Amino acid sequence: MQRLTAESVTLAYDRRVIAEDLSVAIPDNSFTVIVGPNACGKSTLLRALSRMLKPSGGRVLLDGQTIQSLPARQVARTLGLLPQSSVAPDGITVGDLVARGRYPHQGLLRQWSQEDERIVGESMAATGVAGLADRCVDELSGGQRQRVWIAMALAQQTPLLLLDEPTTFLDIQHQLEILDLCAELHETQGRTLVAVLHDLNQAARYATHLIAMRGGRIAAEGAPGDVVTAGLVERVFGVRARVIDDPETGTPLVVPLARRGGASSAPRASASGAAAGVTAAAS
Amino acid sequence: MLVDSPPEQSADRTAAASAPEPVRRHALRAAGLLLAVGVLALVCVASIAIGAKPVPVSDVWHGLFQNSGTGSDVVIRDLRVPRTVLGLLVGVALGLSGAVMQALTRNPLAEPGLLGVNAGASAAVVTAISFFGVTSISGYVWFALLGAGVVSVVVYLLGGSRGATPVRLALAGTAATAALFGYVNAVQLLDSAALNRLRFWTVGSLASADPATIGKVAPFLAAGVVLALLIVRPLNAMEMGDDTARALGAHINRTRVLAMAAVTLLCGAATAACGPIVFIGLMVPHLVRAVTGPDMRWILPYAAVLAPVLLLGSDVVGRMVARPSELQVGVVTAFIGGPVFIHLVRRKRMAQL
Amino acid sequence: MKAVKAVEAVRAAKAIRTPGGLSVRVDPRAVLAVLLLLAVALGVAVVLVGSGDFPMAPGEVVATLLGDGTAAQEFIVHDVRLPRVLVALLVGAALAVGGALFQSIARNPLGSPDVLGFAQGSSVGALTVIVLFGGGSFATAGGAMAGGLATGAAVYLLAWKRGVHGYRLVLVGIGIAAMLAGAIHYLVTKADLVDATRAVLWMTGSLDGRDWSHFWPLLAVTAVLIPLSLAYGRPLRMLEMGDDAAYALGIRVERTRAVLTGSAVLLTAVATAAAGPIVFVALSAPQLARRLTRSPGPNVAASAVMGAALLVVADWVATSAFGDRRLPVGVVTGVLGGVYLLWLLVTERKAGRI
Repeated sequence: MQRLTAESVTLAYDRRVIAEDLSVAIPDNSFTVIVGPNACGKSTLLRALSRMLKPSGGRVLLDGQTIQSLPARQVARTLGLLPQSSVAPDGITVGDLVARGRYPHQGLLRQWSQEDERIVGESMAATGVAGLADRCVDELSGGQRQRVWIAMALAQQTPLLLLDEPTTFLDIQHQLEILDLCAELHETQGRTLVAVLHDLNQAARYATHLIAMRGGRIAAEGAPGDVVTAGLVERVFGVRARVIDDPETGTPLVVPLARRGGASSAPRASASGAAAGVTAAAS
Repeated sequence: MLVDSPPEQSADRTAAASAPEPVRRHALRAAGLLLAVGVLALVCVASIAIGAKPVPVSDVWHGLFQNSGTGSDVVIRDLRVPRTVLGLLVGVALGLSGAVMQALTRNPLAEPGLLGVNAGASAAVVTAISFFGVTSISGYVWFALLGAGVVSVVVYLLGGSRGATPVRLALAGTAATAALFGYVNAVQLLDSAALNRLRFWTVGSLASADPATIGKVAPFLAAGVVLALLIVRPLNAMEMGDDTARALGAHINRTRVLAMAAVTLLCGAATAACGPIVFIGLMVPHLVRAVTGPDMRWILPYAAVLAPVLLLGSDVVGRMVARPSELQVGVVTAFIGGPVFIHLVRRKRMAQL
Repeated sequence: MKAVKAVEAVRAAKAIRTPGGLSVRVDPRAVLAVLLLLAVALGVAVVLVGSGDFPMAPGEVVATLLGDGTAAQEFIVHDVRLPRVLVALLVGAALAVGGALFQSIARNPLGSPDVLGFAQGSSVGALTVIVLFGGGSFATAGGAMAGGLATGAAVYLLAWKRGVHGYRLVLVGIGIAAMLAGAIHYLVTKADLVDATRAVLWMTGSLDGRDWSHFWPLLAVTAVLIPLSLAYGRPLRMLEMGDDAAYALGIRVERTRAVLTGSAVLLTAVATAAAGPIVFVALSAPQLARRLTRSPGPNVAASAVMGAALLVVADWVATSAFGDRRLPVGVVTGVLGGVYLLWLLVTERKAGRI
């Protein structure tokens, strides 16, 4: 049973088509990571899954129903999103911002229940921002701010949580913190997470389910151990690499080949033949 | 911050790909500039010929070079020629100041009219007329310069100088304009003699042009033009961002001060001469950029030639549509420029808020 | 430990709960600010009713309002001064709420209706009536209403492109404002001097001669739209975090924006029709209110009372501070607006927030 699926969707901005006839199913209770080169449509797919973008063909299903046909609040209680760009209103405190995540559970006469209060506290504790509750969001560092936004998404208490490049602009320490946090949420709270990530090695380490995209198509999907191979890396990213076992976790680790002669300047020469089926569609 | 746009935007390489080798490109641009000068000459002739009393083109020539005191000759020498010359000068000023402002602020919507510089000059002139009893152009050109200067600095600061985004800057300018015109209205209200004089000036019109006005503003305009041309190269560097410009050896602060001074001189003098005129400084540099690409060394001369084409053209249109009366040029440019502006806003991906 | 601390911090924003599971959030500071401003607005209103050629002490005004005045007092209060002051209160509130909504939608403290072309639209409508048709004050108000609404619709439609984004709304509004300014200047040059003076007086914004017939339509519109705006305050607050974040929280972004833009345009148009485009109340009242309540978001209620208070204070200054000369209220708000812009320049720029 998969709660969130896309059925042969066509995704386009105005008339610029990003992906056509794309079908994806997000396995329940997975930590799914979408990877791919720039402009492959991975963020667009995430936007479609989170109903930010209405497909111009096909449909996105949440619990078996077209996501656009469901009431907005009901979706918001099932599926949360951490967008790439959010604006913290001027002078808002961390506590207030996280509390706004409770919006879909509130109403005009039910504005702030004890449950709201408890969940907001828990969300801040889970992301390690509880100590910052009274601080202004403007004053925080990039890593802290990202945690606050994640706390807000957590406070929404959705079984499904989508994250659009949650680690962009963060240094390596904060990247790992955020990803550890995601893994923990997935393991301890059983939530289904879908994230777009740039770093293939991080994706391979943290994901339970990996989707590799290129040119608006799914190039491969499955467990990272099965999916991440030298052939796939070359096919999807146009980079020749060795794939070895991560000495720390045993997951696949991609090591790009060293420059030898002019080899790296024309890495696609062999790829075009080997992966014609995939790359033809991509170009 | 843009939410509806594709997350990854493909670079626009068409210009680079289709560009011929530099020599030919220069030749093409030079030829284009020559063509533009030709168009300008035609518009000037039209501006002299067309009006409440139409003058045949042959008589235009006669009036210009063999003045013999006929009715058309008088109209031409006393009314049409000064009007055309003033339009030419003001057009050059507005076009150049728009181009400089857009480069300085790295903002495609920067324009002296929208950013309140003209309104600042207006408020100062109104003050001069109403409170200091100044009646001649030679008196209030100084006030106009002062007003333009103060407002351009205030708007630049209010718009968040370094962190300025198109929206912020435009809002700051419009808010300043609203405040200044509120003041202008209040003054007019308390002094109906001033209102009677001012209402024809605040609309932006070339109708009152005479040789004395031209003589008074020309030196300021010339100084502004020279300043603008002097900072072409550092402006080119600054369009890539302050840090890059600094890395390329440009003097950021000096360039900024000079650019503001140029804009102030050009707009202040132009506004003193014919009242606030909007959108010329916005439209022309955009049009020019489409032809020349982003090189300021070409943008400025093109803007200097094409802006008067637009201004004089608008003036001619204004004289034609409402015969025998006329629509002031400021009204015409507002109605041509408004749609262009909205089109730009809709087409551009104006990032960040 | 940390969780406990966080819970306590959040609890600072108090809530009233019933055993039945209902709960309403109450920010004590905001409530206090609203009550305070309301007191100021009503107090100054009473003073304003008492001032003029036939001065009355505040006590007498209150007595007259309660039905204990002399016949002359009754006439002065009920037929002359009270409607004017009530119009002032409502116009101030309507302008301020319109401003609060727009600033919130535009996510910019400068994005208010008088900057975005609506005031200019109303002016063009009113001036068309004054200059081209020589209409009286009612026709002028009608023209202003029509002009404001048409401009609102035009801005919204022109800004529409797969949804209306705050920044596009702002920029299209600025473009329209500049165009309409051209039309206004043209109309002023077309008029004879008497009409031109009338036009400029109208554009400055004045409360002179406003009576009950101005009050009732204003009351009808504000009585519906201000509560509506209050009800939409919560989704609007979510909208300030960006469209994506608001979407994710289950806000119907476009509908919320359409409803709120519509009511902001209507409020602005009806207020402008009643008293002319009084500048800067819409721009400054929401920001001043926000600084009093210290809470982010549109602060609709606080803005409304702040606007009402600002306008009666400005009117009081305009009518009594310059000796015999009674200025139109718009002159005073205009000057205040200039000061406000400078203040914004100094404070906000430091915070890098404009």
